[in-house]
Amino acid sequence: MIAYIARRVLLMIPTLFLISIISFVAIQLPPGDYLTSYVAQLRTMGENLDEEQIATLRERYGLGEPVYVQYVKWISGIILRGDWGQSMEWQKPVKELIGERLTLTVILSLFSLLISWFVAIPIGVYSATHQYSILDYVMSVISFIGVGIPGFLLALIVMYFAQARLGLNVGGLFSEQYINAPWSVDRVIDMLKHLWIPVLILAVEGTAGGIRTTRANLLDELNKPYVELARAKGLNEWKLIWKYPVRVALNPFFSTVGWSLANLISGATLISVVLSLQTTGPMQLRALTSQDMYLAGSFLLLLSVLTVIGTLISDILLAWVDPRIRLEK
Amino acid sequence: MTVPEPERDQFQDQALEEEILSGGESVYVAPPWKLMWWRFRKHKMALVSGVILLLFYFTAAFCEFVAPYDPDASFIQYKFAPPTRIHIRDDEGRFHWPFIYQTQRGVNPETMQIGYIEDKTIRHPIRLFVKGFDYKLLGLFPTNIHLFGIPTGEDKQGIFLFGADRLGRDMFSRVVYGARLSLTLGLVGVFLSLILGIILGGISGYYGGWIDTVVQRTIEFIRTIPTIPLWMTLSAALPADWPVERVYFGITVILSLVGWTWMARVVRGRFLAMREEDFVLAARLNGAREMRIILRHMVPSFLSYIIAALTLNIPGMILAETGLSFLGLGLRPPAISWGVLLQEAMNLRSLVLSPWVLTPGFAVVISVLAFNFVGDGLRDAADPYAR
Repeated sequence: MIAYIARRVLLMIPTLFLISIISFVAIQLPPGDYLTSYVAQLRTMGENLDEEQIATLRERYGLGEPVYVQYVKWISGIILRGDWGQSMEWQKPVKELIGERLTLTVILSLFSLLISWFVAIPIGVYSATHQYSILDYVMSVISFIGVGIPGFLLALIVMYFAQARLGLNVGGLFSEQYINAPWSVDRVIDMLKHLWIPVLILAVEGTAGGIRTTRANLLDELNKPYVELARAKGLNEWKLIWKYPVRVALNPFFSTVGWSLANLISGATLISVVLSLQTTGPMQLRALTSQDMYLAGSFLLLLSVLTVIGTLISDILLAWVDPRIRLEK
Repeated sequence: MTVPEPERDQFQDQALEEEILSGGESVYVAPPWKLMWWRFRKHKMALVSGVILLLFYFTAAFCEFVAPYDPDASFIQYKFAPPTRIHIRDDEGRFHWPFIYQTQRGVNPETMQIGYIEDKTIRHPIRLFVKGFDYKLLGLFPTNIHLFGIPTGEDKQGIFLFGADRLGRDMFSRVVYGARLSLTLGLVGVFLSLILGIILGGISGYYGGWIDTVVQRTIEFIRTIPTIPLWMTLSAALPADWPVERVYFGITVILSLVGWTWMARVVRGRFLAMREEDFVLAARLNGAREMRIILRHMVPSFLSYIIAALTLNIPGMILAETGLSFLGLGLRPPAISWGVLLQEAMNLRSLVLSPWVLTPGFAVVISVLAFNFVGDGLRDAADPYAR
């Protein structure tokens, strides 16, 4: 087991390296270098950096030096000193800006993942064991529609009904008095009160997909001889289904958890923009439109790293549950 | 041939059934595409969806003809006008050719809200092939005939099937025009992904070994990056002063950078499976050259899978474009795509006063569902020789 984990962690390193390169490229993409636009921006606001400060910054980011030097300076700053660079727009170190937003994105995505599983698996199993029943058809239609409706459209529809029919504002994750308050029990409770709407919206697509996957996989398993054998032995049908074929059928489910996470984070980005949640989505969008590239690049890097770590955890769990994976090779 | 205990799906197709029962030989001699068509036909939802898609693409190709108004023309007097109601019965219960009433902006006497009130004394029948704004059909033939409309001038009364937005522009015309960019972008994007996917997936499946490992690792890597943040970052880098066509192309390239991974998987999987097939071995033993084996024997037999996979990938592209344009990072006004149109819904006032700004979203949902169903049907039909 330990050997397996070690191998997986080692495999992560090239992935992380590639991710950092892509994020760095993203930072470099807009024309002009970061410092020039930073200084220009400060000038328009009536402030001025003296030459010495500019020189320090120039040295800090290795501007004017070859690209690979810049990359090394940037990544070593992150790894060694936890320095993610400076946000132009907010005039703050990136590190101070992203912490809470990232936490909220993670909470939102994880809750949605769990909810979609809790809903999708029982329904999928029911659909497979009662193939062609009325409920199976109903569920199939619902899940097809669920896959077809993009989350942000659903968010817009929910917004409309809440606003126009109920007079509620469903945007945001906190009530006004808690937006900038430090974390406290009250604030968490307040957040949970707001969180369920985006969580449900985000969970719809995953649930719909999950139902279809579970159903299809379980249908493949149900015809296999071992199920027949267990049934012939007189095993209780309920126990039989849940203990054997369901476990096998859910395997691909858990092994693609990394992709599900990537999808959830993608979906969360759009939904957060619509509902103006205090997650990474809206801030990344603003950072991108105002070309605040260190902030935008950091988001890309961190979100990708999170997905990789999530995949790693799920792989380890999967290996723990399923000896075939652990002992492979 | 002993007919096995028919399962539910089997032999539902009457033509197929009749052929087999009447001892006809056509099942055994039918070319593969015919067998595929018979199978595809069984999937009723796929068939219906196929028709819907054909209609959508027809609309996209002839959007100037289908749209009653210029999508950018704003009729100030119809700001936030709700979808026009079409009647076939007048107040006295007589039936007519579909018509609309003259509407007047005013205060609704019951709800005391400002709205559009129907004046039941003036009827405007809806006519087909009416004269409207000038355009060039397919960019070639100048004309001013439109599919439908009302003969009265726009200044007197307009027909807004999907309502009008905050500038009084006809949402129906805008959605129809949006189809052109939104629907073709999916096709072009999938086509680019296909090229990349065939090259990389083919190499990967054909050579195997370390090349295969590298390609497979790359695919896994690309898929771990959350797509929307990645696409957002990349498309934000497209220069703001680019013309529409360039942005369009840029977006398709960006989307294909991720899209090819799915195609490569399919192509590689097929290649691996095909390599072991008897007919490939037979061709090889006959001394056929490698290129001929691939092009003449292998490609035709997995073409159908590729087409099915392509169809299933289009919805993702359409959704991605919609999402990006919606965020303001994809296509930008004055370009009209469904995503661009949905930006209007970001304005809470617009959304509350005119929920019909969401209609482009439903166009997206319908086309995505239709592509999914057609893709499913094609996938089932892709291998007509499987049981």
